[in-house]
Amino acid sequence: MRSDIPVAIHFAYLVASILFIVGLKFLSSPARARRGNQLAAAGMLIAIGATMLIPGVRLSPVLFLGLALGGGAGVWAARRVAITDMPQMVAILNGLGGGAAAAVSVAEIWRAAHPDLAEALISALGVSARQGARHGASMIELLGVLIGSVSFSGSVIAWGKLQGVMPEKAIAGGWVRLVNIGIVLAIAIAGYVAMTGGGTAAVVMFTLGSLAFGVFMVVPIGGADMPVVISLLNSCTGLAAASTGFTLDNRALIIAGTLVGASGTLLTRMMCKAMNRSLANVLFSGFGAGAPAAAGGAKVAARPVREIGPEDAAVLLSNIRSLIIIPGYGMAVAQAQHAVREMADLLAKRGVDVKYAIHPVAGRMPGHMNVLLAEANVPYTQLYDLDQINPEFERADVALVIGANDVVNPAARTDSASPIYGMPILDADKAQHCIIIKRSMSPGFAGIDNPIYYEPRTMMMFGDARGAVTKLNEALKAM
Amino acid sequence: MSYELLTLVYVFVLAIFVGFEVISKVPVVLHTPLMSGTNAIHGIVVIGGIIVLGTGTGPLEWLLGFIAVVFGAANLAGGFVVTDRMLEMFKGRPKPGGK
Repeated sequence: MRSDIPVAIHFAYLVASILFIVGLKFLSSPARARRGNQLAAAGMLIAIGATMLIPGVRLSPVLFLGLALGGGAGVWAARRVAITDMPQMVAILNGLGGGAAAAVSVAEIWRAAHPDLAEALISALGVSARQGARHGASMIELLGVLIGSVSFSGSVIAWGKLQGVMPEKAIAGGWVRLVNIGIVLAIAIAGYVAMTGGGTAAVVMFTLGSLAFGVFMVVPIGGADMPVVISLLNSCTGLAAASTGFTLDNRALIIAGTLVGASGTLLTRMMCKAMNRSLANVLFSGFGAGAPAAAGGAKVAARPVREIGPEDAAVLLSNIRSLIIIPGYGMAVAQAQHAVREMADLLAKRGVDVKYAIHPVAGRMPGHMNVLLAEANVPYTQLYDLDQINPEFERADVALVIGANDVVNPAARTDSASPIYGMPILDADKAQHCIIIKRSMSPGFAGIDNPIYYEPRTMMMFGDARGAVTKLNEALKAM
Repeated sequence: MSYELLTLVYVFVLAIFVGFEVISKVPVVLHTPLMSGTNAIHGIVVIGGIIVLGTGTGPLEWLLGFIAVVFGAANLAGGFVVTDRMLEMFKGRPKPGGK
């Protein structure tokens, strides 16, 4: 079936690949991004249509049932999901892709192990047999199973953490490492057996081992590192899809899968760089797991902080010229983006220049804050990257931190003992005043105490993000 | 290494470079849509499912092919719709008289 794919279908795949590349290119420019997504979707339709026309591919009702079932469920969920639940949605979609790639690879291994039956049926259909009947699994097939399964189970765990059905806390400890080493050994042995002798048991072991590896890779990682994890798993699913392309001798799969793998790797690297940490550190250090004890509750309680109420904050904010808002995961959890937008509007009417400072790893997925603020109709021209906004803090009257913590922690600049030392931060402490909306004095997800709370120019406004901002808005309106 | 496989390796390596090149400068504002857009593109694996299901010779292959088709279709349909929903929200400046 391989090399006798008709030329017309190769051309259709080529067109689809061009559409993917152009679509991806457009996705990285704000003005053309939507068009880019549509181009990629059109490419997908072409690729699917072409695949259905490959001679020897039966178009059974079951196939159309599967497409309708999956496509329908996907569209239904995608329409229904709240913007605040977007990280979970991306995680689960990613897991599905990984699962599909693993299923395809397992099926191909099985087919290779049972060549007689396959050949008899294929020749009966008038299609030439696949080259070289083998009995063991090939390296590339196993790679597809491995990466696909890791993506699948890892994404399910990431979904669980983001959805709150699993503890978000990081776990550190020797036992996780030991379990992981055990799993890797089991995968290696099962893979060797599957490649040399074949045998269903080895393939099953290999698949189960890969699934377990995905679970134990993501379970120890804390919620704050989810942007990196999601981006990494996304790139893994791309590579898994590409490996099925090698197995099936299908160039569309290779090109599309590799594009995703490469771009996902790049995005993952950007996330890591934004935290000044290596990928290995994110994955294996159990980051933040040990810190709460070190930060010490007693020490936190003992240091005085200045508090500010909504009325006073309203008076202060309405009499300034420039405000920089720093949103974090707390804003997402409280779904406060609409209240924040309303506040920005109220202040803008009073002549305050409002800007938003977005840290690259704020929230739980890459660009999380941007999406939330866009949902609340904040124009993206008011959103600024770390490099753009940091020089402006010195001139800003107030920096308003809403549910963010580690990304404004000055210890990252000054305290070489701090776990986040060296991470680029937003310089909120350089503004004239700093108002921090926070539920309590407890340290953030990384579990690191934040010296900015005790600065004389800092005022704490306790409450959940939406409640606090809503009260502030009421006070502003009453003025 | 067969000529066929060599061609595939060529395609693979060049695609890596294209992938890097195409998104080397993406503004933070688009990180999520880019990720969910690429997320949809790896739904391409659905065509692997179509081939397995369409050329499968036994219940196990049909089952695995069917799973791959359902998962892949959900991945790509959901991915494109979610991305479109997000991108629809991105606006350069507030529309006059808008919300």
